[in-house]
Amino acid sequence: MTCLPEKTDKKLGLVIDLDICVGCQACVTSCKEWNTGGYSAPLSDFDPYGAEPDGAWLNRVHSYEIDNDHWKGTVHFPRSCLHCEDAACVTVCPTGASFKRAEDGIVLVNPDTCIGCKLCSWACPYGAREYDQDDGVMKKCTLCVDRIYNETLPEEDRQPACVRACPTGARAFGDLGDPASAVSQSVEDRGGFNLLEEFGYKPVNKYLPPRKGSDKAPDLPTAPAKTTGAPIEKLFAWADRALSR
Amino acid sequence: MTREPQIPLSQPVGDRVEQTTCYMCACRCGINVHLKDGPDGTPQVRYIEGNRDHPVNKGVLCGKGSAGIMQHYSPARLRAPMKRVGPRGSGQFEEISWEEALDIATDWLGTVRKTDPKRLAFFTGRDQSQSLTGFWAMQYGTPNFAAHGGFCSVNMAAGGLYTFGGAFWEFGDPDWDLTKYFMLFGVAEDHASNPIKIGIGKLKARGAKVVSVNPVRTGYNAVADEWIGVRPGTDGLFVGALIHELFRTQQIDLDYLVRYTNAPWLVIDAPGTDQDGLFARDADGNPLVWDKAVDAFGNGKAADIQPALTGTRTLPDGRTARPVFELMAERYLSEDYTPDAVAEPTGLDADEIRRIAAELAHVAFKEEIVLDQPWTDWAGRKHDKMIGRPISMHAMRGISAHSNGFQTCRMIHILQILLGSIDCPGGFRYKPPYPKQTPPNLLPHGATGDIKPEMPLGGPHLGFPHGPEHLLLDGEGNPSRLDKGFSWDAPMSAHGLMHMVINNAAKKDPYGIDVLFMYMANMAWNSSMNVPGTLDALTAKDDNGDYVIPKIIYSDAYYSETVPFADLILPDTTYLERWDCISLLDRPISEPEMVADAIRHPVVKPDRDVRGFQEVLIDLAHRMKFPAFTNEDGSPKFPGGYPDYIVNHQRKPGIGPLAGWRGEDGTEFGTGAPNPDQLKKYVENGAFHAHHLAPEHAYFKHANRGYLDWGITKGIRMSAEPTIFQLYSEPLQKFRLAAMGHGDRQPPERARERINRYFDPLPFWYEPLEGTMVDTGAYPLNAITQRPMHMYHSWGSQNAWLRQITAANRLYIHTSVGASIGAKDDDWVWLSSHLGRVKCQVRLMDGVNPHTVWTWNAIGKRKGAWGLDDDAPESTEGFLLNHLISELLPKGGGYRYSNSDPITGQAAWFDLRVAIERAENTGETEPMFEPLGHDSQPPSPEKLAYGVQFRKETT
Repeated sequence: MTCLPEKTDKKLGLVIDLDICVGCQACVTSCKEWNTGGYSAPLSDFDPYGAEPDGAWLNRVHSYEIDNDHWKGTVHFPRSCLHCEDAACVTVCPTGASFKRAEDGIVLVNPDTCIGCKLCSWACPYGAREYDQDDGVMKKCTLCVDRIYNETLPEEDRQPACVRACPTGARAFGDLGDPASAVSQSVEDRGGFNLLEEFGYKPVNKYLPPRKGSDKAPDLPTAPAKTTGAPIEKLFAWADRALSR
Repeated sequence: MTREPQIPLSQPVGDRVEQTTCYMCACRCGINVHLKDGPDGTPQVRYIEGNRDHPVNKGVLCGKGSAGIMQHYSPARLRAPMKRVGPRGSGQFEEISWEEALDIATDWLGTVRKTDPKRLAFFTGRDQSQSLTGFWAMQYGTPNFAAHGGFCSVNMAAGGLYTFGGAFWEFGDPDWDLTKYFMLFGVAEDHASNPIKIGIGKLKARGAKVVSVNPVRTGYNAVADEWIGVRPGTDGLFVGALIHELFRTQQIDLDYLVRYTNAPWLVIDAPGTDQDGLFARDADGNPLVWDKAVDAFGNGKAADIQPALTGTRTLPDGRTARPVFELMAERYLSEDYTPDAVAEPTGLDADEIRRIAAELAHVAFKEEIVLDQPWTDWAGRKHDKMIGRPISMHAMRGISAHSNGFQTCRMIHILQILLGSIDCPGGFRYKPPYPKQTPPNLLPHGATGDIKPEMPLGGPHLGFPHGPEHLLLDGEGNPSRLDKGFSWDAPMSAHGLMHMVINNAAKKDPYGIDVLFMYMANMAWNSSMNVPGTLDALTAKDDNGDYVIPKIIYSDAYYSETVPFADLILPDTTYLERWDCISLLDRPISEPEMVADAIRHPVVKPDRDVRGFQEVLIDLAHRMKFPAFTNEDGSPKFPGGYPDYIVNHQRKPGIGPLAGWRGEDGTEFGTGAPNPDQLKKYVENGAFHAHHLAPEHAYFKHANRGYLDWGITKGIRMSAEPTIFQLYSEPLQKFRLAAMGHGDRQPPERARERINRYFDPLPFWYEPLEGTMVDTGAYPLNAITQRPMHMYHSWGSQNAWLRQITAANRLYIHTSVGASIGAKDDDWVWLSSHLGRVKCQVRLMDGVNPHTVWTWNAIGKRKGAWGLDDDAPESTEGFLLNHLISELLPKGGGYRYSNSDPITGQAAWFDLRVAIERAENTGETEPMFEPLGHDSQPPSPEKLAYGVQFRKETT
């Protein structure tokens, strides 16, 4: 079995704003496109033009309706590895292929030592790992480790492909171990939460909840008046004034 | 614990980056295409990302654009020119050379041009080069040209352009940075893509309120702060009730109305005469107002007057006249538009409507924005501030695709104008070259008498009639155009009626044709209403056994359902292999604060024998010796093909397809001599050019002296006069007067009542036409469609990645509807309309209007097309509502009009009424069509491992 680092210097991760995500799948395909030629290359697709197209994806978005005390509506829910502090997918790995980086906390799979036993995908409560049937190894979100430190990229592009692509700005990347970071601040301000907190895996990625629409209503002084009298005559009297062009 | 592997963290993405323009939809975002040379030196696409400097997408990229690799390498790409060798629909083709293909096309097209040019119908689909395709058709001399706007958005374009000289979507945008209250009508997942997503993100970050008006709560509507689940086709009642409330509570911007609109113009009240309902005018034709400053009639276009908004006036000739404002107030204060009256048909709560009206008024008038930005108005008066009413709106398909869409769209604009929120800070902003005049000074061409062999048309096909005198008719008053555009059937059909072309041609109504030439429109499948009828029309034969539509030429990049029905295939390139010009002469990529246009240029070479369609058009123009494409010595004018044309064509002296880097030294913008290095400059600048407006020109462009004068010098504005908003549209009244028996051009008897009813110069709501002609008891539900964001406007079903997200569609029904028929998720149902029935599977949801069912459009594919296997879910489960939508209105005895807006001819495919019942839970979707032959296409791969060639070794 594989050990986790005692602590990590940083806790790099994503903050995903469920109030803004419109479910457009840009993060999904930009992730696929980057990573099929990146550290995890390839992300294979079986039967791509047939009855059951099925490939490896490191990020997926699910859309569904919810109706609970907090919120009622359609939620678009992006799902990828949360880079847990207590990552069961790592500790369960028999070969050490699954590991959490000490310097930034990113959970990765070493394709050279992964034997494709799938124990990690069973251990992950978030369903975030994807087995590549063709490659015979497990694939997962790398936080685009081959982008975020990539000195051949302009500095502003050193962020995960999903964050770079997201059209609404619903995804942010940063160090959640640093309370002063922008991502930590947004979690603080917006009541960011852990997915399945009760399981205790301490996910690094956070989700920001949908805001209540009623918070946005303009503060009207009183309810609009009901009609009394003939409105058209009142209107014409009101409009009959000196109006200069 | 084992040692952490050393990962190469700083590998270059590829060998180089090329910047061009995306083509998955009409947003036309800037993209960076990372290329890496393969072992044989052939560049391979490693990664596509958004261009941060681009005005449209500012670096981001949607789900389609980010799946561009699979679009580019699709196995459904056409390989070479082909001629049909089996019957139409068989998919039996023979590959031929380009020389042979162009010889055949030149022969077919040239013969018609020499005899009777109208017997060519040339229609393009999601074409983004209409300034070229339209010009080509003008030079050919046929009246029968249009693109797909007739079944897309003409109600929005015409509704806006006849009202305020702009329009939603391409011609304007909400002021995303300053608006405080945003209303979104009939836009679920589409129109537009990245710009709206960026905008919604900005609004959310700022805490602005987003209100969505849509029968379906998905996509953008799912993140709205408030969802108004209106019943389809009743938006006009809802908007009318909002206007009612603004009038009732006296919360309208009277100063704005007096300055910028025709609200004070006097309308003649003389029933039964040929002037009734027209504007009272002075001897010079200026509209009259009552000037309170001098208590006399004044010129309604003059500055420095005090126009009265109320009061009946007696004209010098004794007739009376009333200001538009009064007529408008009477219309919307009537009982028809009270919140209580509209509550039932719209399915909304009257108090909710009153509250939203109050919120709009509050934000507009109590939360106004003041920018310390001096500007000069149209009359030369200086202002030291710009005052904004931070309400903005956007609307598209859900308004557009109804037969009452033109009037409903106009009503939304009236709401914006009453709030004073057009082109002000925080409001709805024009994108240059808009605003145009109202209506634009662009008339349609192609009346029967003007069509002559080998003679170009006198002007563009599509335009904006100001009255019956501008219709395109023959001597007997019948349509000149095959699609009956600009006839009494659809007088203001500013985008034509592509949806009627095939069926009209097969019926020879109004006449038969010899050649049908189409580009990039899947008319044998998801782009047609009544697919079975359209397939019959494409394959109909006459008594001699010859096809009634004798010759069909089609150009597309992919093996779509339409390809097998054509006789000659001209294979197009993918978007990464082509030149294109996204021009100010057509549909530019401008943003409110900048004038912008763009190009596509080949970033990889085709590995197939294909050519860009525009390249082929120019070649054909040379071969047929169109005047504008031929030098005096008879030689081709653009021997360098499309790039040569883009640089050197001049529509007017100094004005060409691209506005940037003009002039011999490349220093001029807008107008200037052709610059041989122009395309090089575009390529160097990321494939676009943007000219930023001066801050004093950024708002009130319709009445901003500086902007208007600047626009004229740059060739983007034809008139120095301000654009005056036409709350009351006189052109509509002119048609109505003709219907009442006035003038020398009157509609046929069958059309009088129709024209009289719908051509109301003040917007009003009427029930969508199909609902008035079918038994709504038998067909109690409305049925609509939308595209998923990851396939909006795109050819997604052949994209190996996108189809893993959506490979089959379901019919989404309200949980109460599911309960009433005893259906649960994935159960099969029959969905019926007056035209036919479709078997499909349902999914239940709460976020849909209970009277409405909907599905994802164009997911269903016919077996044999798009490189998909015959057992692909797209074919076995995927279905189209198109099979239920008639291209004609239901049979009611007598003449059958197109199932379209009676004013603009916009296809009314959202008017559909349906019934639902349980079906047996077995089998496949129905109707099921025979698989199309596809022997000419290579087999699709059974596995993809794209990117394995880029794999880096870990150490």
